[in-house]
Amino acid sequence: MMHGLRKWGMMTSVISEISALVGHVLSGGYTVQITVNVNGTAQTSDVEPRQLLVHYVRETLGLTGTNVGCDTSSCGACTLHVNGQSTKSCTMLAVQADGQSVTTIEGIAKGDELHPMQKAFMENHGLQCGYCTPGMVMAAIGILDENPKPTEDEVRVALEGNLCRCTGYHNIVKSILACANG
Amino acid sequence: MGYPVTDSEVLIGRRNGLIGDSVIRPDGVEKVRGEFRFASDLPMEGALWGATLRSLHPHARIKRLDVTPAWAIPGVEAIITAEDVPGKSTYGLIFADQPVFASDVVRYVGEPIAAVAADHPETCRKALAAIVVEYELLEPLTDPERAVDGSHPPIHPDGNVIRHQRVLCGDSSATGPVVVEGSYEMGMQDQAFLGLEAALALPDPGGAGVELHVATQAMHEDLHQIAACLGLPEDKVRLVLAGVGGAFGGREDLSLQVHTCLLALRTGRPVRVHYGREESFLGHIHRHPATIWMRHHATSDGRIVKIEARFLLDGGAYASTSSAVLVNAVTHAQGPYVCHNAVVDGWSVRTNNPPCGAMRGFGVVQACFAHEGQMDKLAAACGLSPVEVRLRNAMRTGDRLITGQVIENVAPVERCIRETDALPLPDEPIGGYGDDPMRLPGGAGLTADRSHIRRGIGWGVAIKNMMYSEGFDDYSTARCVLEDGVATLKFATAEVGQGFVTIAQQIARTLLGVDEVRLDRIDTTIGSAGSTSASRQTWMSGGAVDMACRRVRERLFEHVGQLWATDPIRLVIEGDCVVDTVDPARRISVSDATSGVRLAETAEYHHPPTEPLDENGQGACHTAFAFVAHRAVVDVDPQLGLVKVVQIATAQDIGVALNPLSVIGQLEGGIAQGLGLAVMEEIVMQDGRIRNPSFTDYLLPTFLDMPAVLASLIEEPDPRAPLGAKGVGEPPCISVTPAIVAAIRDAIGKDLHRVPVRPQDICL
Ligand code: FES
Ligand code: FES
Repeated sequence: MMHGLRKWGMMTSVISEISALVGHVLSGGYTVQITVNVNGTAQTSDVEPRQLLVHYVRETLGLTGTNVGCDTSSCGACTLHVNGQSTKSCTMLAVQADGQSVTTIEGIAKGDELHPMQKAFMENHGLQCGYCTPGMVMAAIGILDENPKPTEDEVRVALEGNLCRCTGYHNIVKSILACANG
Repeated sequence: MGYPVTDSEVLIGRRNGLIGDSVIRPDGVEKVRGEFRFASDLPMEGALWGATLRSLHPHARIKRLDVTPAWAIPGVEAIITAEDVPGKSTYGLIFADQPVFASDVVRYVGEPIAAVAADHPETCRKALAAIVVEYELLEPLTDPERAVDGSHPPIHPDGNVIRHQRVLCGDSSATGPVVVEGSYEMGMQDQAFLGLEAALALPDPGGAGVELHVATQAMHEDLHQIAACLGLPEDKVRLVLAGVGGAFGGREDLSLQVHTCLLALRTGRPVRVHYGREESFLGHIHRHPATIWMRHHATSDGRIVKIEARFLLDGGAYASTSSAVLVNAVTHAQGPYVCHNAVVDGWSVRTNNPPCGAMRGFGVVQACFAHEGQMDKLAAACGLSPVEVRLRNAMRTGDRLITGQVIENVAPVERCIRETDALPLPDEPIGGYGDDPMRLPGGAGLTADRSHIRRGIGWGVAIKNMMYSEGFDDYSTARCVLEDGVATLKFATAEVGQGFVTIAQQIARTLLGVDEVRLDRIDTTIGSAGSTSASRQTWMSGGAVDMACRRVRERLFEHVGQLWATDPIRLVIEGDCVVDTVDPARRISVSDATSGVRLAETAEYHHPPTEPLDENGQGACHTAFAFVAHRAVVDVDPQLGLVKVVQIATAQDIGVALNPLSVIGQLEGGIAQGLGLAVMEEIVMQDGRIRNPSFTDYLLPTFLDMPAVLASLIEEPDPRAPLGAKGVGEPPCISVTPAIVAAIRDAIGKDLHRVPVRPQDICL
């Protein structure tokens, strides 16, 4: 069954109708069509209204570079950009990205040429298992967009919401500062 | 003003680096591009989803289990319970005491009871909710002391004591003028690897076999256990390593492996199972909580005469590696110090708490926290500094441990302490630079009054065994193929993030004079590499790769010797060429020499045999040892009970830095985990239930918690190690925890004996 988001929006004040709809939505099957510009390409998909952006990106689009590390929006492994802003994609619904532009880790290299931040992580051993890396790289790019020459403290404060269990963080900070200064 | 990231200068290496270079990871490009396939990323059209029904109670009899309501849910394709396990109904790394699915009794909250496969994760959730389980609640055993004293009836047919081990050595009545005593406690730590458990199982046609893509630490250990439970011959079960997002011991035991395979075999379709974070807390083993008592007898100048100790490790509901954890604990009770007399007793016991097993440094982390607390007490009692008391007792190569084993390894304990001591203390003033509230204990969110903050300095020194112990032959296998100037390596060594893949390439490049070293898929089509644990892969799998490459090199020299009608003994590798040492003008590039030629060798590396411990804990049970020292500097707000770790200095005995960049990465990562255990990480248990199974309530160190790290790498090549290098993974997280606690004690003058140190421990 397919419905447009508009149609959903038009179903207004009758409470019983809404709760019936909510029941329907929660039981799955109800979908909404969204169009999101992902890594420069418009993608139109039917998604369940409850679907998280991270699951849309991973499951619907098959872009599995964006990772899931927690159930509580605590780890930052799912960080990507929405309209250029670093966003934990488990904190947003896919339908909220309708009409917006999303950039994932897969969208920042130019062909074979890595984004300077990707290169900096690689060269400075800013990763071990690499699970936090896509989120770290996207968050780090977000930091430099706002503050091209951050201090080390500024990097640390800005990345407090991104966890890494392997590196002890120093090489990640080094990577970001190397990128900012390179 | 900033603070140093680290003073350890490392070189950014060439892309194609040799041993000793700071080479970047071969999987780095894929990982930074988001193209690396973690176990949760495997694409599979038409795969079903699997999910697990878990016990809600720590101890209960299952009176009724009715899965029929779940079959009414559209999309459900399989429901399996204990009755559907075709092979062995239990598994386990040392004792097979853990049921694949609980059938009659559940023994911990989270124990699997059934699994379902369906078209969608949400269908799975509904199916699990529809399964009816009626429990008859039984009294849970949650106090490990009651397992030792026998006051609780057995909760498992194997009894409540998993292992009891004593170590008796020398004169049990020996004493000295100084006696110090303490009790120590350690909470349950979680590995908290970021990449959640995930697997994809692909059934063979007709259910003849199965291929499992899984994030694990131990391919063949998994294989043996899975095949036994599936009732399939081992050659019908193939494991492929999927990308592993960290492990730290938490993937050494099975979690979802058998369930995923069973669902795939039952449905004849690919099945994937992914855990969420809460399920991950329930679904894997943890670090053993411990209660430890120690009494040290010493001379008045601070030399240890005798140690007495009692260890009690809570193994939770199933045995896992508890018996090996206990052996590590009791045999490391003396720490890196000379001691001739010992009376050590230890138990690892079964309770209705979550099963505990491997986590980085297992058993030794617990012992070290206690023996280092004791060393500080001894220092205070003798009027010595923490450094002096440790130097006076430091062990050396040739010293005998309390097990009777002689340390044959390089043992630079004194050097570890002195080099750590020589590293500069932080310039950063108490409470941080300037008036930045983020540098205060507790950060800006909690308002520490800067004038009340106190600084402390503390020490920790450790000895750590490497490889498996007690007669276990944990060999490793590797194959090297040299063809057309390209080397290809194959092994089943689980790469979990530690960087073995980098080291393997470095070894091949160095020995064979090639630039290009390809890595074959990591799977079970080659012999075992053992597990990625016990700081063993650089030594063991490094040894196997080294041996395979050397054999290929011999074949290369024979081949070139034939071409040149020369004795191969005259030939060496220089750069990328084979060169005649007698006539150095005569040379041929390895790629020309191997054009159209295929040289292949497989090698198995075994470490020297070890012995089991006898009932008095005597025997050369360990393979090798490494040493490390840590000095911690902390700022403490004694009123709010908050701690800021300002700096960690460390010197570690590593043998040889095969890849300095990677060594520093291990040191810093290990320090972060040891810091977590010292001041924040604990699985909070109440009546057998985990109360904080999430990253909002189980706190992990963040960017802001990580202190500056100064590291000195002590390179004294170990002649017993195939590459001269010792494992570096575990030592960093062992003595840093007691060092931080000692620093807090130093800051506030209070005897702290429990980790993690909580605010109330400091300020109440
Ligand atoms: S998965 Fe989004 S913050 Fe952890
Ligand atoms: S590299 Fe493993 S979590 Fe960051």
